[in-house]
Amino acid sequence: MNSTRTLVSPAALARPRGKAVYWTVFTAVVVLFALAFLFPVYWMVTGALKSPDEVARTPPTLAPEHWHLGGYTDAWNLMQLPQHLLNTVVQAAGAWACQLVFCTAAAYSLSKLRPAFGKAVLGGILATLMVPAQALLVPKYLTVADLPLIHTSLLDDPLAIWLPAAANAFNLYLLKRFFDQLPRDVLEAAEIDGAGPLRILWSVVLPMSRPVLGVVSIFALVAVWQDFLWPLMVFSDTGRQPISVALVQLSQNIQLTVLIAAMVIASIPMVALFLVFQRHIIAGISAGSTKG
Amino acid sequence: MTKTAHTAGRRPGAHPAVPPAPAPPPATGRRRRRPTDQVRAHAFLLGGLLCFALFSWYPAIRAVVIAFQTYTPGSPPAWAGTANFTRVLHDPEFTAAWRNTLAFTLLALLLGFAVPFLLALVLNELRHARAFFRIVVYLPVMIPPVVSALLWKWFYDPGAGLANETLRLLHLPTSNWTNGTGTALVSLVLVATWANMGGTVLVYLAALQSIPGELYEAAELDGAGLLQRVRHVTVPQTRFVILMLMLLQIIATMQVFTEPFVITGGGPENATVTVLYLIYKYAFLYNDFGGACALSVMLLVLLGAFSAGYLRLTRSEGDA
Repeated sequence: MNSTRTLVSPAALARPRGKAVYWTVFTAVVVLFALAFLFPVYWMVTGALKSPDEVARTPPTLAPEHWHLGGYTDAWNLMQLPQHLLNTVVQAAGAWACQLVFCTAAAYSLSKLRPAFGKAVLGGILATLMVPAQALLVPKYLTVADLPLIHTSLLDDPLAIWLPAAANAFNLYLLKRFFDQLPRDVLEAAEIDGAGPLRILWSVVLPMSRPVLGVVSIFALVAVWQDFLWPLMVFSDTGRQPISVALVQLSQNIQLTVLIAAMVIASIPMVALFLVFQRHIIAGISAGSTKG
Repeated sequence: MTKTAHTAGRRPGAHPAVPPAPAPPPATGRRRRRPTDQVRAHAFLLGGLLCFALFSWYPAIRAVVIAFQTYTPGSPPAWAGTANFTRVLHDPEFTAAWRNTLAFTLLALLLGFAVPFLLALVLNELRHARAFFRIVVYLPVMIPPVVSALLWKWFYDPGAGLANETLRLLHLPTSNWTNGTGTALVSLVLVATWANMGGTVLVYLAALQSIPGELYEAAELDGAGLLQRVRHVTVPQTRFVILMLMLLQIIATMQVFTEPFVITGGGPENATVTVLYLIYKYAFLYNDFGGACALSVMLLVLLGAFSAGYLRLTRSEGDA
């Protein structure tokens, strides 16, 4: 990785005593990480495989004595997980699409089309970054429950997730900054060739923006999948709730092994997404900090 | 990665620390400014603008308005002056909620701040299995918050819970965890720290890797020991990142909801009711939207101040 020296000098590490200390610390950290971060996940996955008696037993067993897949199948069937997973997928996909369409179009307009009052609009959008999102949930709920002027309610409708998700100042700003850096002459060349703004956006800007679109997409998907309070507020109809809300609602009166199995199933999509894109996600987080 | 990804990966709510983009070249003089261009430009802006107007700007104004109204959905609102604020202020839960929220934030700062820094410091010295550490530490962040809350609720179970089993194995006295008024809040902070530590560690790691090695070399030549090098090189060099993360963490933890709602339900004896939880109760249990908005405005003002501090910080560092 990086060959520059860190806190401890390479010379100190090369000495026998340094080597001994290094390997001791290394082993300690590996064990600590395994215990603190991997073991709870292991406990969850195997807990669902134990029999209901075994899960409640003291002292607990490290590995299931007999493997019971019943926890997983019961969770899948009894808790209507397919329905809730589908709800979550629909909500996440719609929020992702809304964000991509609305934020990209708005960012493109603000960056390249120079609308009148564009600066004021951008200022207003960036100002929302200063407002803590959770403090606005109640008035936002009232707005969604009774949309101004048209007086319809979006409660129990995926639109209640989709449309507010599009008002994402952070992603819009990310897109706008990226578009700002695109070379102007390429866009002008397309314009001279007779392409309209939509054509330029579709055939020139978007293909050049793949990296930023990927980042925005991951953010959008993860945010909706992990959210709890907002869907709890807007979905009172059990059949429409996403998995996060359903898990909590059902956790009261369900067998422990079945609940744990449901928790594992609810985690799989996000963990899989992370394992597939971990390089990009980690590089992104790491680079998010600037040098001090 | 390309130039863009440098702000990637911040969790929702985290703000970017992007270096300022190069100023766009001045518009060419003969650039057309026809009315149709304006119509097109605004057509592209419209969808996003509507969403912001409806779900960000309007609710922000509305929070303040409703805070001064008697408001129950279905009946016309009436002006109430400061009645909502006085009612909320006299609620015994109000004091508990703010005390708990502040205690949660302080504890989370202490734990979620010192521990990741130390971890990052040690990880940065290790030469092996770096990818493993980075993936494993971030794994809990990707587990849905509801799942980690339920998982820890199970661990904290006073009977066969893993937490007490571990204590017994080590021949230590067991704890009440979330069932004790004194331990409940700390137990929740542990969950939140476990679940969110990954992001902080990764940001610290990146900051540590950007410290030029010559500084350590020079300090060592001057006879600085290990701790002195941390104190005089590492900490000052990462000062900006430390400050930034601290503000972000304050903003994030002041809005805690999922853990108390899922694990303790605010109990025992209001020991884990937080401000956001109280807002939720006012709106959805008491049907008192005026009170909920009065509380929201208080939270808004307090956190707005921290956000302003954060923005000032990033901006001034960006200009430097």
